[in-house]
Amino acid sequence: MGKGRSLFLTVMLWLGMAFLYVPMLLLIIYSFNYSKLVPVWGGWSVRWYKVLFESEEVWNAVALSLKIAVVNATFATLLGALAGLAMVRFGKFRGRTLFGGMLAAPLVMPEVITGLSLLLLFITLSKMIGWPAERGFTTITIAHITFSMAYVSVIVQSRLTGMGETLEEAALDLGAKPFRVLTDITLPRLTPAMVSGWLLAFTLSLDDLVISSFVTGPGANTLPILIYSRIRLGLRPDINALATIIIVTVAIGVAIAAFMLMRQERQRLAEEKMAAGP
Amino acid sequence: MSSVAADPMDPAPGPTQAGLGARISRQLQASWKLCVIAVPYAWMLIFFLLPFFIVFKISLAEPLIAAPPFSALFDLTEEGIVTIRIILDNFLFIFEDDLYIRTYLNSVKISTISTILCLLVGYPIAYGIVRSGEMARKLLLMAIILPFWTSFLLRVYAWMGLLADKGTINNLLISIGIIDEPIRMLYTDFAVYLGIVYTYLPFMVLPLYANLEKLDSSLNEAAADLGAKPIGIFFTVTLPLSIPGIVAGSLLVFIPATGEYVIPDLLGGGNVQMIGRVLYNEFHQNKDWPVASAVAIALLFLLVVPMMIYQRYQAKEAEKV
Repeated sequence: MGKGRSLFLTVMLWLGMAFLYVPMLLLIIYSFNYSKLVPVWGGWSVRWYKVLFESEEVWNAVALSLKIAVVNATFATLLGALAGLAMVRFGKFRGRTLFGGMLAAPLVMPEVITGLSLLLLFITLSKMIGWPAERGFTTITIAHITFSMAYVSVIVQSRLTGMGETLEEAALDLGAKPFRVLTDITLPRLTPAMVSGWLLAFTLSLDDLVISSFVTGPGANTLPILIYSRIRLGLRPDINALATIIIVTVAIGVAIAAFMLMRQERQRLAEEKMAAGP
Repeated sequence: MSSVAADPMDPAPGPTQAGLGARISRQLQASWKLCVIAVPYAWMLIFFLLPFFIVFKISLAEPLIAAPPFSALFDLTEEGIVTIRIILDNFLFIFEDDLYIRTYLNSVKISTISTILCLLVGYPIAYGIVRSGEMARKLLLMAIILPFWTSFLLRVYAWMGLLADKGTINNLLISIGIIDEPIRMLYTDFAVYLGIVYTYLPFMVLPLYANLEKLDSSLNEAAADLGAKPIGIFFTVTLPLSIPGIVAGSLLVFIPATGEYVIPDLLGGGNVQMIGRVLYNEFHQNKDWPVASAVAIALLFLLVVPMMIYQRYQAKEAEKV
């Protein structure tokens, strides 16, 4: 596409960025507000951060959420990568259309439906086979893996399509076994996609409120469930402090991940160029 | 996973070994391929597809005061005959009670208007990014994606602080003397529209960007050479070519927004009825599982057409590359 923005596009871009970032910026500024009433400025202070750090409830929720997010991201990446491989590299197989549908649907399925249906599944299962005995960590993690692996498979599929099959075909022509081609060529080239998939699955899990609140059990409060139960009743300065910590952490994390992925990609391109060289 | 069979035409075009060895290695390959497909396939069947059948089943059951609070569909009578009781009352109930009909219509209305607003805001942003230099393009894309990685819930919360009667916007307007009384913004339709546009904007911008980026700029140049004005070029060349991006972005906003729960709950309060919120409350507060299930099935029927359009579009895009 051609270069050069018109004045109109430049103005719209700036307005768009302001629209996206000013609310978050204000959220951060007001977290340093001394006043108990969030929008009334009472001078700079870190008192709400102290309140936050002293709350055991918050720490427990953070720990549970992180635990779920890590387990979820790991399983979702594995399953999503397998699903992506099957969709892109295995040609036509029976049931492929249904599989593709099941992988695309969670991306747009309203969360209330996914949450309700998973909860009813867990209840039915526990009545029939006695598992899961209680809802909490396990049920939330299973629910998260189900929608996260769909996202991972989309990333993996687009990477696999973009990669083409020439290197794999060359290896096969030279006599490599298909399994070796998978482990030595396809998987290493898939690593960047799997890293972004892992990160995406991790954040999706940390972020999920609706599905978690359906499939959770008594006492298992993830961070979003805790935040939600507090802000439902109105603005809370300690939630502003918590929001600030989350936003800043995510921003730094995303920046580092993007930088590393970009560097790796450049290195890979350079290596491939060398390999293909004259 | 009996429905999955490895493609017999596919195995390695590797060196041809004679006899038994080749057969064994072909068998092995077929089996690892089968595993690769079977594991995620089984997971999705059990945890994604099966639950819908259960919801469907319960939507046909009778509410009971028991745990779980619904009647069994299948009963084994003393003579060993299976009787099946299907109760369509739950569906009749949601179709007769005009609260549900109105809520459905209201959800569709709100998510349609939000999708259009999102498109109007998102299109110039996506087009502006495409028209930027390479470095600016990367940074701007990052800036669009970043909010998507931060908490959805907290982005909605940010607007609660801005829109409240004693919130930032009202305080600002009062302090500079434009208004005397705070304007009611939180807990109105307006707040819900704003919340949806704000949180779903990246879903609109990214597919639009992906589409606009691929357009061939020589078409624009040709049109310009033939004397077309920039605005004319946009409406006759760029806009028609970007329709796939518009469709993808709009569906990505429309479908989840229709079933949205958090935004109408936090920004709309009790004043904005949307179907996702009704379902949630029917389940958690009224504990009426069969009706909640019937609402879910009805919502699914409402969204199945846009979802299929989206999936066909995705499949087409995947084949294009």
